[in-house]
Amino acid sequence: MDAIIVFLPLAGAVMAGLFGRWLGDRGAQVVTCGPMLLALALSVAVFFEVTGGGATRTTELFTWFDSGSFEASWAIRVDALTAVMLLTVNAVSAMVHVYSIGYMHHDKSIPRFMAYLSLFTFFMLMLVTAGNFMQMFFGWEGVGLCSYLLIGFWYDRPTANAAAIKAFLVNRVGDFGFALGIMGVFMVFGSVDFATVFKAAPGMVGTSINFLGLDLSTLDALCLLLFVGAMGKSAQLGLHTWLPDAMEGPTPVSALIHAATMVTAGVFMVCRLSPMFEYAPVAQGVVTVVGATTAIFAATVALCQNDIKRVIAYSTCSQLGYMFFASGVSAYGAAMFHLFTHAFFKALLFLAAGSVIHALSGEQDMRRMGGVWQAIWKTYTLMWVGSLALAGIGIPGIFGFAGFYSKDMMLESAWGAHSGVGQYAFWVGIAVALLTAFYSWRLLFMTFHGKPKADEKTMAHLHESPAVMLLPLVGLALGAVFAGYLGYESFVGEGREKFWGDSLFVLSQNDSIAAAHHAPPWVGLAPLTVGLVGIAIAYLFYMAAPTLPRRVASSTHGLYRFLLNKWYFDELYERLFVAPAKALGHGLWKTGDGALIDGVGPDGIAEKTLLLARRAGRLQTGYVYHYAFSMLIGVAALVTWYLFNSL
Amino acid sequence: MTIGLGHYLTVAAILFTLGIFGIFLNRKNVIIILMSVELMLLAVNINLVAFSTHLHDLVGQIFAMFVLTVAAAEAAIGLAILVVYFRNRGSIEVDDISLMKG
Repeated sequence: MDAIIVFLPLAGAVMAGLFGRWLGDRGAQVVTCGPMLLALALSVAVFFEVTGGGATRTTELFTWFDSGSFEASWAIRVDALTAVMLLTVNAVSAMVHVYSIGYMHHDKSIPRFMAYLSLFTFFMLMLVTAGNFMQMFFGWEGVGLCSYLLIGFWYDRPTANAAAIKAFLVNRVGDFGFALGIMGVFMVFGSVDFATVFKAAPGMVGTSINFLGLDLSTLDALCLLLFVGAMGKSAQLGLHTWLPDAMEGPTPVSALIHAATMVTAGVFMVCRLSPMFEYAPVAQGVVTVVGATTAIFAATVALCQNDIKRVIAYSTCSQLGYMFFASGVSAYGAAMFHLFTHAFFKALLFLAAGSVIHALSGEQDMRRMGGVWQAIWKTYTLMWVGSLALAGIGIPGIFGFAGFYSKDMMLESAWGAHSGVGQYAFWVGIAVALLTAFYSWRLLFMTFHGKPKADEKTMAHLHESPAVMLLPLVGLALGAVFAGYLGYESFVGEGREKFWGDSLFVLSQNDSIAAAHHAPPWVGLAPLTVGLVGIAIAYLFYMAAPTLPRRVASSTHGLYRFLLNKWYFDELYERLFVAPAKALGHGLWKTGDGALIDGVGPDGIAEKTLLLARRAGRLQTGYVYHYAFSMLIGVAALVTWYLFNSL
Repeated sequence: MTIGLGHYLTVAAILFTLGIFGIFLNRKNVIIILMSVELMLLAVNINLVAFSTHLHDLVGQIFAMFVLTVAAAEAAIGLAILVVYFRNRGSIEVDDISLMKG
């Protein structure tokens, strides 16, 4: 059954991709959505079967590599961690598939789109069910490929192509680290199988590997390399620049790949490798600091963006930062919990934003929206649900939206870690919670309230999305409302050990989730409080006194420019990497290839031959007396030579 | 003063040099080149005959007869070409004849 779940999307992708021309648009939608819904149903069954004490089971398909001591096979490994990911991926993917029927109905290449979506889902499932590093890498690269294809789906737009290439290249940097990590793992452990590596990991504590004269702690070095891969895929600070640009792709793609599933692969990887990270304290510290810094960075940038999708993209980046610092302080359960809830409400926010864009005839700039909440009140309500879940609003002890439980848990764990980096992550996390609430309600108020700023033609064409788009939204909204409440006990509460089984590994002295349950009450209430404050400030800025944002922006002009330009990361990279690379390429092209190879090689030889021939041709004057003269010279020379020789 | 081998050879050398200068200093007429070539051949003939008497060997004189024959034939062909050339090009000036220029 596990294998069926993984290969159903592939079947859909093959059918829609190869036979889409004969199936037609409707047929392609049926052959992709059908298997996805079936896979969702099956993964719900697997979820209840495996979590809560079910043993890890592995379905061996066939051998992939068998070369010397290097072995890797295709296997579907399902444990509690995988089961959570299966449910998350398939739930969001199925909803997005159905939503795409409505969203893409104007598009001229529907089968291709549906095939890509299904193919992506297949690779993602391959990634999460991997039993060894190689298969994980296969899925890892596959989702990268599909991300590239889907960002550049509208290939007639130059910006989309540029964004697709950027995403691919930035991910290459991360993947390079990941590949090095895998090679390192094989070098150290002699195997790439998870079970073998995890069993041997404790024995590697205290050993070191020598690299260029440096003695590096084995596990720290390996984990840091693997974490570079996670940073690339999960858009962490430094390698995040591709994610906002990836919004050039269609909105369902943003929801599925760049919010709910692919970008969380990094978090999943760190959790999967918890038996290695637990013994690598330096790497854990780096993960925590990078995660927390990304969270605050992305949240500050989101404050000033005007493109509705970019705001949500930066929000995703920020929430991924949360998940990383949670896994950095050993609260893997909390990180996975937030991954799970975040998938629902962030996909909901993206798809609702897509619904708004759809209603406003493709407008994405929030400054040209506003005043539409009555006309599209269903989307408006769903957006509220998503924002409430994102900001983590709830009534303590009674009920809360999804983010309320997961975000609290992560912050309490950071507090409970009782370490320097943990404290840093905690306080940064509180600040980010304030900013999150602020920019979420800024988005809501700018998009739906105030005076309509769209032109008349757009307003006349304003329409609520069809049921095929709204129903998946309702499904995700249910997840955004109840996922936290229902999941709390098993994911991070008392039942967590039974729930996760042996899929997550935490050293007893690192168990920050246990410590989190004994945190003082104010630690738990702080995120909620700052969230409400953030909403209040947003109300003040964008409803009560709409001139205030402009005044604030002009009084803090430098800071505003800094945030509007995303901390100048793109400009920095342009200077540091892009421009030198271009200069190097240009130099190699002009001097290396043009001047040296062509100049000395084929072109040079041809030119010299021509020159020589022209000179030789000039000897041939055509005048009889010149020929006679040369003959005479020849005779004279011959005679001289002859005479001197005979003397 | 008896006329010895040296005198003959001197005359022949002078004739030969005249022939060479005739070819090079002449910019006007191809006929003069032909005449100079004849002159050079005659110089060679004088050499042949002079050595023949000096060495008492008749082969040199026989060879001189051959050279005269060939020279006559060559002059006939050369003049014939020249006539045809003049009909075609309207000029036999040396400087105009450079069709073989590379």
